[in-house]
Amino acid sequence: MKKCGENGGLLLSARRCNGMKQYETVIGLEVHVELATKTKIFCGCSTKFGARPNTQTCPICTGMPGALPILNKRVVELALAVGLAANCQINRYCKFDRKNYFYPDNPQNYQISQLYLPICHDGWLEIETEAGKKKIGIHEIHMEEDAGKLVHDEWEDCSLVDYNRSGVPLIEIVSEPDMRNAEEVIAYLEKLRHIIQYLGASDCKLQEGSMRADVNLSVREMGSSSFGTRTEMKNLNSFKAIARAIAGERERQIELLEEGRAVIQETRRWDDNKETSRAMRSKEDAKDYRYFPDPDLLPVSISEKWLEEIRAAQPELREARALRYQRAYGLSAYDADVITESRHMAELFEETAALCKSPKKAANWIMGETFRLIKERNVEPEKVFFTPGHLASLILEVEKGSISNQTAKEVFEKVFDEDVEPLAYIQAHGLQTVEDADLLGEVLDKVIAANEKAVEEFRSGKEKVLGFLVGQVMKEMRGKANAGKVGELLREKLRQ
Amino acid sequence: MYVVKIDDKTMESVEILAQLRLSDNEREKAREDMQKMLDYVEKLNELDTKGVEPMSHIFPVNNVFREDIVTNGDSREAMLANAPRQKEYQYLVPKTVE
Ligand SMILES: [Zn+2]
Repeated sequence: MKKCGENGGLLLSARRCNGMKQYETVIGLEVHVELATKTKIFCGCSTKFGARPNTQTCPICTGMPGALPILNKRVVELALAVGLAANCQINRYCKFDRKNYFYPDNPQNYQISQLYLPICHDGWLEIETEAGKKKIGIHEIHMEEDAGKLVHDEWEDCSLVDYNRSGVPLIEIVSEPDMRNAEEVIAYLEKLRHIIQYLGASDCKLQEGSMRADVNLSVREMGSSSFGTRTEMKNLNSFKAIARAIAGERERQIELLEEGRAVIQETRRWDDNKETSRAMRSKEDAKDYRYFPDPDLLPVSISEKWLEEIRAAQPELREARALRYQRAYGLSAYDADVITESRHMAELFEETAALCKSPKKAANWIMGETFRLIKERNVEPEKVFFTPGHLASLILEVEKGSISNQTAKEVFEKVFDEDVEPLAYIQAHGLQTVEDADLLGEVLDKVIAANEKAVEEFRSGKEKVLGFLVGQVMKEMRGKANAGKVGELLREKLRQ
Repeated sequence: MYVVKIDDKTMESVEILAQLRLSDNEREKAREDMQKMLDYVEKLNELDTKGVEPMSHIFPVNNVFREDIVTNGDSREAMLANAPRQKEYQYLVPKTVE
C-alpha cells in the first residue's frame, strides 16, 4: 500500500493524511530556451549578453512601421536539431503567426511565434528517477522571438525599456501533462538541458534566463482519469524554486478543493523569498491573443535533404557518450556520469585520454584535481580552458618518473589557471625529480638516522610505517624525488 | 443575412483588446464598419472550399533566409530619436504593473 503523499512526492500535512482524500499532482511544462545564435531571429543585430542598453537594436527588432523581418536560417537548424534529439515529428511545412498583445516589452504589439504549424510535434524524452524510467511526451516545439527587458525606475515612477533582448531567438518546448512530482520535473529539465547543451543550441542557464520553465499544475483525486483545473506558474529561476513552487501550488489547490472551492485557471507568479505565489493578470487581460499568420514572413519548407544534413551533424549525446566511456575506457558508471555532465569536460577527458593513452589516469585527473580546482576557483566547467595536451604530458611525466605526483599537482594548478606548457614550466622551475643517487642516498641516511623509532617498527613488521618514512624523504627532497623509487631504496636499505 | 452579429458585448471586448476608449458615437460608427467588413468576407462562404488548403500567402515562395552574421552596429542614438521620452538611453514608458 502506498503511504499518503508518496505519489505526489511531497509530504502532506498529517491532518490530510488521516483518512481524507488522496490527490495526485499533474504537471506539464512550457520551457523557453534562448538559442545560441550570433544574431537575432529576424534581423542582423547581435545577441551578445551584457551590452549597454539599446545598443543592439534596429528598426526590425523595435517594431518600426514598415520594417521587414527575415528569418535567421540557423534558428531553424537549431530548432530541428533539438526536435530530432527529442524524438519529434517534423512539420515539413511550417510558418509563423502573430500573437497580439499590448505591453511595452513588445514594441510591435505582437510577438512573432508559431501556433498553427509549429516546427516540431509529438516527441518524447525518457527520464530516470528513483522510481525507474518513464517517457515524458513532448506536445510541440515552436520558434519565436524574445521580448525586451523592463526595469522599474523609482525616481520617475515609470518603466525603462531595453530592447537588446527583443528579437533574440527562442524555442518553446511544450510537454504533455505527464509528470507527477517535482523529482520528475527536475529530471525532465536536466535531460532537456543536457541534450540542448550537447547540441550547442543554448547554454540553458535558469539563473540567467537562457532557460525558463513555466509549470502548469493541477491536482485530481487519486484514480481519477479526468484533469483538474490547472494554473500556470511563472518566475521560477532555479530547480529549488521549481520544487518549492510545485509543493506550494499543490497544497494551495488541495486546500481550495477541500474547502469546496474551485481552482481558477490563471497565471501565477512565484515569489521564492516568500514561498508563495499570487495571481498575475487581471481579467481585462483575458487571453485572447487573436493569432493570425504573419504576412511578412514566408513559410519554411524543410526538405528531406536538409533534414538528413541536420541528422548527420547531430553530435553524440550525453547518454551515448557515458555508455561508450564505460565500454571503451572501462570507466565506472558513476565516473562516466560525472565526466559527461558537461560536454566540455567530456571533450577534455577524451582528448587527454587519447594523448596520454591512459583513460583511467585521465579520468582520475578530471574527477580529482580538475573538479577540485573548479570548485575551489568557483568557475563553470564550460569555462575551463587548459589544453588537453598539457594535462596529457603531465600524466606522461609522472608515469616516466621524472616528476613526483605531488609536483604534478602543483604544476597542474598552473596549467588549470594559466594553461602553461608543463615541460617548460618544470624545466624553468627545476621541478624534475633528482636523479642524483648520491644526494638521494644522503637524504635516506639522514631520515633513517632521525627516525629510529619508525625504523624499528618497520623492521619488526609494521609495513605501514614505510609510507611515513617515504613522506619524510619527499619532504627533505622538496617533492623532487620519485616516491616509488624512494620506497624501493628505503626498503633495500632497511633490510641491510 | 448576418451570420456574425457585432453587438455591444463584442464591441466592449474588442475595445479592451485594442486598448481603445470610444465615445458612444464612435462606437456606433465602428460597430457599423466592422459589421460591413464581416458581411463582405461572409460572401466567401458562398464558395465550396472543400479540399482547399488554407492559404496564408499568395506568393509561391518559401525559405527566405538570412545567414547568422551580425550586420547591424550600435545605432541607439538614431533609434532613440523616435522615443517620446527617454532616460539613460532607455525608453521611458508608463509604469508597468508586476
Ligand atoms: Zn534588430
